[in-house]
Amino acid sequence: MELKTKVNAEEGKQDVLVTREFDLPVDLLFRAYIEPELVAQWMGTKVLKLESKKHGSYQFETVDAKGNVVFRANGVIHEFDSNRKITRTFEMENTSFAVQLEFLEFEKLANNRSKLHMHIIFKSGTYRDQLLQLPFAQGINMAHNRLQDIISQLN
Amino acid sequence: MNLRRDVFQAIADPTRRAILLLVASQSMTAGAIAANFDTARPTVSKHLQILTECELLAQQQNGREVYYHLNPQKIKEIADFIEPFRKLWDDRFNTLESIMQKYKPNK
Repeated sequence: MELKTKVNAEEGKQDVLVTREFDLPVDLLFRAYIEPELVAQWMGTKVLKLESKKHGSYQFETVDAKGNVVFRANGVIHEFDSNRKITRTFEMENTSFAVQLEFLEFEKLANNRSKLHMHIIFKSGTYRDQLLQLPFAQGINMAHNRLQDIISQLN
Repeated sequence: MNLRRDVFQAIADPTRRAILLLVASQSMTAGAIAANFDTARPTVSKHLQILTECELLAQQQNGREVYYHLNPQKIKEIADFIEPFRKLWDDRFNTLESIMQKYKPNK
């Protein structure tokens, strides 16, 4: 089966292209990106602020069960073209990652079919590779923590 | 994060990538590997040490000689390193799709 979400990261470059086709009309796909309560649902984060317009800004925050902030990100919207395009910055707060530039393009394929192109440009190839590795590293950490939990239960 | 032992840091260097390609077809001694480069022998040794530390290369004693060969398990990890990132977005997009398929505009 062909993968629905594709990631193209060429070696030695400082960008990544993520594409995905949806069984949704393009206006519904676009809406999922501009309404705070919808973004919160599918991104799995709290949306503190989301001004979906040119020169608008946004801020996301995720807290753990104890109320500690585990993730906070913000950015500014540079281009906003309804049902077509959003160009924005994305910056993770309190991390060593540099701000990145995201070009989101929403393409109508058919009445009930659309495609998202997410082109992300990083400050350098190294930053890109570090960010791409993040879920990989988190996966290893999670496996490691789970192992520690199991071991501590054995003691 | 210890960058010295990070596999991605290890393969960022062109000489180290060339070493990996060399030993991909057959296991080789440090001397035989070094003979393929203009670089000084201690420099090649340093590269071999880094590749071994991050487990991209494995050593095997054969009589008096130490042979280096690829560790296929670790190589596979690099080939797959983008997969968790892809999976993360795939999961988010699947959620987006199912939420929006049920979505009723309130106007």
